[in-house]
Amino acid sequence: MTPTSNGWEPVIVGFSCNWCSYRAADSAGMARIKYAPNVRFIRLMCSGRVDPLFVLKAFADGADAVLISGCHPGDCHYITQNYKTLRRFALLKQTLTALGLEDGRLRLVWASAAEGTILAEEIDNMVADVRKLGPLNWKARTAQRVTAAAG
Amino acid sequence: MSKPKFAMYWAAACGGCEIAVLNINEAILDVDANFEVVFWPVAMDAKYKDVEAMPDGDITLCLFNGSIRNDENAEMAHLLRRKSKILVAFGSCAVDGGIPALGNLYPTQAIIDTAFSTLTTDNPQGLRPQTSYAAPEGEIHIPVLASDVRTLDQVVPVEYYMPGCPPESKQITAVVSLVISALKGEAALPPAGSVIGAGASTVCDECPRTRSEKAIKRFRRMATYQPNATECLLEQGILCSGMATRSGCVALCPSANVPCIGCYGGAPGVIDQGARMLSAIASVVDSDDPAEIASILADVVDPAGTFYRFSLAHSLLHRAK
Repeated sequence: MTPTSNGWEPVIVGFSCNWCSYRAADSAGMARIKYAPNVRFIRLMCSGRVDPLFVLKAFADGADAVLISGCHPGDCHYITQNYKTLRRFALLKQTLTALGLEDGRLRLVWASAAEGTILAEEIDNMVADVRKLGPLNWKARTAQRVTAAAG
Repeated sequence: MSKPKFAMYWAAACGGCEIAVLNINEAILDVDANFEVVFWPVAMDAKYKDVEAMPDGDITLCLFNGSIRNDENAEMAHLLRRKSKILVAFGSCAVDGGIPALGNLYPTQAIIDTAFSTLTTDNPQGLRPQTSYAAPEGEIHIPVLASDVRTLDQVVPVEYYMPGCPPESKQITAVVSLVISALKGEAALPPAGSVIGAGASTVCDECPRTRSEKAIKRFRRMATYQPNATECLLEQGILCSGMATRSGCVALCPSANVPCIGCYGGAPGVIDQGARMLSAIASVVDSDDPAEIASILADVVDPAGTFYRFSLAHSLLHRAK
């Protein structure tokens, strides 16, 4: 990964489901599709497993953005769980917006096991967006505020 | 032998915790019989310098309510920490930030500007409070608002957490009697860091309403809808925080036909009350269509303020960006 001139590279935490999107990332790799290496994928059995807590924790611990990816609606390995993802994502987005986080910092991408190209493109777009938004730096900022006022 | 010493202090608080303590009725006589009240600004005259003059650890039990909003609050937190053996974060504000912590949704300057320049504020010169002023008698200072509202344990370590807005009087009585028994050697205190005077489950578990399958097509607000008295409020579309909130109040609000607003903080095992709440609420929205989901959720008009009504300062994100 080549750092930018100021040394900052977007750190993106990705949650992907075992059945579609993780395999999409795999197939992108096998097809030797090049895409930005900024997403650290965490494989879960289903995107429905993504508790909003995980997303908040990622931001609180220093992620610049979070990507959630799963099977297309209707294609979930667990029948309907990704509809829950859809609903939670919508409400989480609303809450994060109210907390002042920019839209581009949380993204939901549906990618089937065959859609490595789509996932790679979405990741490239996302990284470009986050680059424009700049570092989030939530961890350092919160620690500083909490200790500054503690004195 | 002199009696153990008791103190109670309010930082950024409304005074409700003090009322709750007085509301323990005749049990307050046990407090008086077993403790010497050395510092309690709302109930007796005492100066900060009297506390400063005490030996460290002289106060046996200190109930500290209110969040840490300014430098005076922080100074008193440090002082009472030094002087107290058992420091209890008392009430939602001290435990989780409480209502004052909703101030973390805005920059401090914006709060000051709103308070001193709204349409209804008579302030034609646009004056702002100054934190120091050179009076003929010398310079005087008022406390400076901090950038963030913090919980007591974000400023000093505490022994116990006692949530509630305010803590229920029955719970206060139980805690006071436990401390008295412990001082007499008849009972053991819970391990440091425990939540005391609260339940070990959720408000839903104490709620008398009937629950069935949750499938919500429309959220409603209390101002425009009268819920029926028997069915689960959430099933009626009212945003109720019972499922994410610690028990201990005997579901007081739902029993009075108003939703739980989450004052007892996150239920045991809940790391972030707002996250738990939003996860539960979103899951029961009865639609698979993105547009319809968006329109149903649009009725959740203040998600940050609703899900983190009492716990923003203690949440993972702590404040708005």
